[in-house]
Amino acid sequence: MDRRDSLKSLLVGSVAGGLLVTGCTPEASKEETQEPTLPGYGRTAQEKEHDKEVLAEIFLNEHELETIAVLCDIILPANAQIGGAVEAEVPAFIEFIVKDMPYHQLPIRGGLAWLDNHSNKLYNLEFKKLTREQQMAICDTIAYPGKTAPELLAGEKFFTRMRNLTLTGYYTSELGIKDLGYKGNQVNVWDGVPQEVLDEHGLAYEKEWLAKCVDQSKRMDIAEWDEDGNLLT
Amino acid sequence: MQIIESAKTYDVAIVGSGAGGGMATKILSEAGFDVAVLEAGPFFDPAQDEYRNQLRWPWESPRRGASSNRRSFGDFDAAYGGWNLEGEPFTNARGTDFRWFRSRMLGGRTNHWGRISLRFGPLDFKRKSIDGLGDNWPIGYDDVKPYYDKVDKLIGVFGSKENIKNEPDGFFLPPPKPRLHEMYYIKAARKAGVPVIPSRLSILTKRINNQRGSCFYCGQCNRACSAYADFSSGTCLIFPAQRNGGKVELFTEAMVSEVTTNSEGKATGVTYINKLDRKTYHLKAKVVVLAASACSTARIMLNSKSSVHQDGLGNSSGMVGRYLHDSTGASRAVFIPELMDRQIYNEDGVGGMHVYTPWWLNDAKLDFPRGYHIEVWGGMGMPGYGFGFNPNDLNKITGMGEVGGYGDSLRDDIKRYYGAVVGISGRGESVPQKDNYCEIDNEVVDEWGIPVLKFNYQWTDYEVRQAKHMQDTFEEVLSATGGTLLGDKPGADREYGLTKPGEIIHEVGTTRMGNNPKTSVTNKYNQLHDCENVFVMDAGPFVSQADKNPTWTILALAWRASDYLVDQVKKRNIV
Repeated sequence: MDRRDSLKSLLVGSVAGGLLVTGCTPEASKEETQEPTLPGYGRTAQEKEHDKEVLAEIFLNEHELETIAVLCDIILPANAQIGGAVEAEVPAFIEFIVKDMPYHQLPIRGGLAWLDNHSNKLYNLEFKKLTREQQMAICDTIAYPGKTAPELLAGEKFFTRMRNLTLTGYYTSELGIKDLGYKGNQVNVWDGVPQEVLDEHGLAYEKEWLAKCVDQSKRMDIAEWDEDGNLLT
Repeated sequence: MQIIESAKTYDVAIVGSGAGGGMATKILSEAGFDVAVLEAGPFFDPAQDEYRNQLRWPWESPRRGASSNRRSFGDFDAAYGGWNLEGEPFTNARGTDFRWFRSRMLGGRTNHWGRISLRFGPLDFKRKSIDGLGDNWPIGYDDVKPYYDKVDKLIGVFGSKENIKNEPDGFFLPPPKPRLHEMYYIKAARKAGVPVIPSRLSILTKRINNQRGSCFYCGQCNRACSAYADFSSGTCLIFPAQRNGGKVELFTEAMVSEVTTNSEGKATGVTYINKLDRKTYHLKAKVVVLAASACSTARIMLNSKSSVHQDGLGNSSGMVGRYLHDSTGASRAVFIPELMDRQIYNEDGVGGMHVYTPWWLNDAKLDFPRGYHIEVWGGMGMPGYGFGFNPNDLNKITGMGEVGGYGDSLRDDIKRYYGAVVGISGRGESVPQKDNYCEIDNEVVDEWGIPVLKFNYQWTDYEVRQAKHMQDTFEEVLSATGGTLLGDKPGADREYGLTKPGEIIHEVGTTRMGNNPKTSVTNKYNQLHDCENVFVMDAGPFVSQADKNPTWTILALAWRASDYLVDQVKKRNIV
């Protein structure tokens, strides 16, 4: 398994319960020899070319990606109801986004290195090798803006960036949309705020306003007007 | 260089396929003209799956819909390009920070725009008579009204009859019911004495013919509609013109550099570079319609120098490029505690606001001229890149937990504040200035070898004071929601949050119309004073822009100008 394959196997959800498994199994390598697949939605030729290049590029190394996976799992773990950031393949999203938005590269790479430096100082071990309790103890000192010791502010900045990327990666994934409960992005007929919601907010549609609004039972009828612009259909 | 001549001479060459070019294509081809449409970008049809971004999920984009240099409004937006076009730069004079949004594709920017379709009112054509600033249009509302009526019926716009003096009613489709955040806005605005009415968007809440579907409320008009249920030039004008059997030949990837003229100064066609083979072509035509967008049209005209048109085509007045003006803009947002922990349902609605505030102070004494309208945004939208950033900053306001942190509680933060922020934005009329202009930058060419535009633009105190008024209004209205306003109120040091010129993407005025050939570029029918067989049918001929989005007026004027063109050809006054 070459470097690209092992990186890819890392990214294809080989994490269970917060434990990272990076085994170089024959199955994994067989699966991972395909070309990166391009998105199938409306792209210009220039965009296709760009995406292809970015997908083929390598920026973060294995160690960095493993550390990112640990952080993703700490930031948004699975709970009893639904999977967390690792199941939502957020590490792969971050791997892509730092290549696509190069301004993330130095802060992420430097931040990961800072985290290991800090961890080595405290425990003489890299961050990813600490126990979960030790990892969380470090996170506690950098996860709360406004409460961070001055000498750890660089760590706070990094953690904030990681939290942002983790959450945005999660809530734009299929799992995250499900967790959020977003109900749109489908064919619908909007006919106003549900009555119980209006009631809950102490609001009501006014008669005069409603009289202007579309009668959804006639939405498929072709519009016709009289000469003064009054709708007849 | 060897220029490749077109075999035939077209009746009309139309440069640009956006709102103005699309309308010209439809009207002129239906009048029996043999029409060539030149578009600097590729073909686009949102009904074909290879172009479709509508109803895509965020994870279908590897960057989750984030904006990029290749697509400024994000991966799912329909507009190719944007603030940056690779290989096609522009420059700013020292001290100018003009932004220029361009979209190279069939239909241009109509593929993604906000569909806000407002008629200019009687006052909007005659502002000089009211405040003494700028100039009146050579035409008035009554000249354009019949065309607004026809555009309403042909393309479709929802709205409501309100009988407001400077906000003419039209042939409206019925508007959709307000959403929850819009009901909060209505209540708060009224408390502050600010009126609210249903918005006016070119989206089909009912069918308008058998070729186009009705809206299915995905809220994604900016992604271009596969059912053709909103207006874009390709879907509503150019394709129908082709289906109606008109002689319409599309030249995509055709970057027009110049209008060619003969020894008498009459136009003979256009020169363009085919972006695919990088060769130069000459397309012969009896009439040229420029509709490349206000600035691109000015650029083509300024680059079209000849012995007759020494300062550029149509530029004997020196006015081409001058009086460039964009809308003003400013925004503010509020967090409304009552909107926390919302019951979730599908409230995508139409692609844009269901309600808005038209300018309500025409009769007030204010320390700035001209007005603005207010747009509203909010709701439980589909997440994209950036959703979830700083997920619990609002805990600072509510005290409902720590700011920052990690773990399962972040899910609660996200859900607590989902849909709890409402924003409003002002879009106002600026006062056109002769000294705000675009010109040719002789030192820079684009990758097609065409000299590029250089912008010179400063806001005046009028616009700054208008932005201050916006901020004061926003504060009053948003405070009336009972919520907490977000961010600091921008003050004089930040010009009250006034957007950069160009940012609202309503740039108009570069080839303004008028009765006097010394102070204007076209006559009142969008025809060049200097060259009778060239018309400008984008927003270049606007004398002033009102606080209304320009598209509906571009369409009405392009139709009117096309009718005039047909008539002039019939009378043998042109060719």
